[in-house]
Amino acid sequence: MRHGREILRVEGLSKSFFGVRVLHGIDLVLREGETLGLVGENGSGKSTTMNILGGIHPPEAGSLMLDGKPYRPAGPRDALRAGLAFIHQELNLFENLSIEENIFVSDFPRRFAKLPLIDRRRIGERTRELLAMVDLPHPPSTPVSRLSQGERQLVEIAKALSSDARIILFDEPTTSLTRRETEKLFEIMARLEGQGIALIYISHILGDVLRVCDQIAVLRDGHLVGSGPRAEMTVERLISMMVGRRIDSLFPPRTTAAGSEPALEVEGVSQPGVVHEVSFTLHRGEVLGVAGLMGAGRSELARILFGLDPHERGTVRVGGVTLEELSPEVCMRHGMAFLTEDRRGEGLLMEASIADNAALPSLRDYATGRTGWIDAGRLRTDVTEVAERVRINATDYASMLVKNLSGGNQQKVVIAKWLLRRPEVFILDEPTRGIDVGAKYEVYKIVDQLVADGAAVLFISSEMEELIGMCDRIMVMNRGEITKIHHRDAFDSEHILETAMRTDLVGQAVP
Amino acid sequence: MTGGRRVALMALKNAPAIAFAVVLVVFALLSDRFLTVANFTNIVTQASHVAIMAIGMTFVLLTAGIDLSVGAVMYVCVAVLALLFGDLPVLVAFPLVALLGLALGAVNGFFVVQLRGLHPFIITLATLFILRGIALWMTDTRMVFVAEPIMSLGRTSYLGVPWAIWMFAGVFLSAWIVLRQTPFGRQIYAVGQDPAAAAKAGIDVPRVLFAVYCICGLCAALGGLVSIAQVAAASSTFGFQKEFPVIAAAVLGGTSLFGGRGGVVGTIFGAILIQTVENGLVMTNANPYLYPLVTSAIIFFAVLVDSQRSRILDAMNRRKIRVE
Repeated sequence: MRHGREILRVEGLSKSFFGVRVLHGIDLVLREGETLGLVGENGSGKSTTMNILGGIHPPEAGSLMLDGKPYRPAGPRDALRAGLAFIHQELNLFENLSIEENIFVSDFPRRFAKLPLIDRRRIGERTRELLAMVDLPHPPSTPVSRLSQGERQLVEIAKALSSDARIILFDEPTTSLTRRETEKLFEIMARLEGQGIALIYISHILGDVLRVCDQIAVLRDGHLVGSGPRAEMTVERLISMMVGRRIDSLFPPRTTAAGSEPALEVEGVSQPGVVHEVSFTLHRGEVLGVAGLMGAGRSELARILFGLDPHERGTVRVGGVTLEELSPEVCMRHGMAFLTEDRRGEGLLMEASIADNAALPSLRDYATGRTGWIDAGRLRTDVTEVAERVRINATDYASMLVKNLSGGNQQKVVIAKWLLRRPEVFILDEPTRGIDVGAKYEVYKIVDQLVADGAAVLFISSEMEELIGMCDRIMVMNRGEITKIHHRDAFDSEHILETAMRTDLVGQAVP
Repeated sequence: MTGGRRVALMALKNAPAIAFAVVLVVFALLSDRFLTVANFTNIVTQASHVAIMAIGMTFVLLTAGIDLSVGAVMYVCVAVLALLFGDLPVLVAFPLVALLGLALGAVNGFFVVQLRGLHPFIITLATLFILRGIALWMTDTRMVFVAEPIMSLGRTSYLGVPWAIWMFAGVFLSAWIVLRQTPFGRQIYAVGQDPAAAAKAGIDVPRVLFAVYCICGLCAALGGLVSIAQVAAASSTFGFQKEFPVIAAAVLGGTSLFGGRGGVVGTIFGAILIQTVENGLVMTNANPYLYPLVTSAIIFFAVLVDSQRSRILDAMNRRKIRVE
């Protein structure tokens, strides 16, 4: 354990929005060369705390001390000038500019003091130094559009370093990174610590928090409910503090066993460069997990099965009926539903209400009579029914906009929208990504209910724990092929991970 | 990537240059007078006022905005020049007119910044009608003439290059430096890509937006000056519907209507291409009623390529999972 000098002290921090108290007297201490983990469910006050530190919101009560002096940033630039950089979950980079331009976009060094000409040589040199610090071996003039998500994250860090930041706030930095990129990020974070920079790390992935953070603070409903060094924390303890009750199990017990009647039969589906000879059968009442590393072709397979992306060969049968073609219309007509991994971009109309979102795929079913007008009354009743079934936490489904909901509730809206069509086969692509522990448990319960009612679920996830907790079988994908299918009685996370990483299984027949 | 893919990718990226080459070859085959230095100088001279205005338009388009009032600004500026500044020496009158264009652009910019909820399309559509109305009222809808010194400017050459082309080259060079080499220029690209992110990065977004409309107004005035020096008289249709070739030139040159992508090099290609087609149609004695058809086909092509380009590029660059 390092014992660096204290750099930031937060005492009694409070904040209200529209008269609602969202932070109640938060105390935090941050030392040089130390990483402070901040965990809590969505809405627990993590973001508000970060936004106050980052100068986006002013605090209401309490004191912020930076280097023993009062700290009250008037805005993000002010915070940056004080040495505090904020790396948002959604990166703040301009794809149409180069790496060096992104780093200096708010304050370009000039070639001549009087003339507004950019000193290209200086920003190039400085960028090269900064990129060396984060191990990114690209020329400074590389357009950001050519970088992967992980590389973009490193550019954000380089940008923070360019302003001589001494405190860097990371908000969910790993959500769109591959495991390799995540490891790289952790390596860079360790290096920054070594230079005496203090880090604040927010994440839902508790395993990562326990790994990289020296101190961990837990928030619940705007209160600091616990904090301490890593050694005192375990995943179970963190979760029980976050949720406020002991959770005996992270997963609800499965109420029914898988059936034997095929619901979805996939045979020899191939698309050059994407998937190769994929065949499997999903039964009624079954949850079939899809494991694999990032880029193994899991989401791509899901998109092909729902007719969103093209395929060259292969047949798909739903409930014994061969689909004449794969298109979303045909798939939906035969009782398939698809929950996209990109909830915000593809799954929801963020500016529309819960009811409008839920009704969208079913509008045609509610057209009545010759005119084809929508039977609004019947639609409202049914929307309310499904919204209550998945327990969307909102008072008025017709007026509440989806963008104002938490991630977990948004996901429930996506599920509700498909439930209205009473599908037989659900393809869920990362259904619990970016939602908190409590909401995850509810999604699992919904999945259990779906299969108990006789539906079949294809469950794609990057979290091994939840696959093992929820699935009857898990198939592993690697380079666009199914390399192994594991059965529930022989689940072993290490073994599954191993089959996901082994490349020698590619091209072999599935045992 | 296979060879075919690479060719398709190159073709999409360089669509304006390819279109240009095709047009040149077609007209060269159809008319032996077409591919001559004299004719080409002629084309560039005639294209220069649209090119100058399109350079200004490029600034606005890069921020995902649009300025429909350029033709009207051009007309107002020329009307003021002819009616009020007739007795002033050219060296005084021209800067004053340029300032007037800048001020009219500032009006657009002011409303675009103040009425953030309203799309610039609506705002500049309004100023288009207002300014054209003012100009028509000033001129009494009659033809206005400029004095002899300005007319003779239209015939002046320096080092064998007509005055209009010098003007065009000067505007282009300044615009290129501003966009590529100044903080303001790079911030225009940032604002066009993502205004919210630009604000978070500490860029003064309203200031950038205001400035691009000022530049567009200034370029419209300069375009008007170049044009009036060539034709000497402005009827009530002067600058009428000029926004179409101007926007088309910029879009044809690869500047996206959705902001953040493009630049002035492409724009001058676009402007010259449009003029080349018109010139070629004259040279080949095409039916004059065909002109609008051909021009509109080019504009349609430009917008189609713009809207499809990013989609196709995305699809082509899609990550491959398997090596086949």
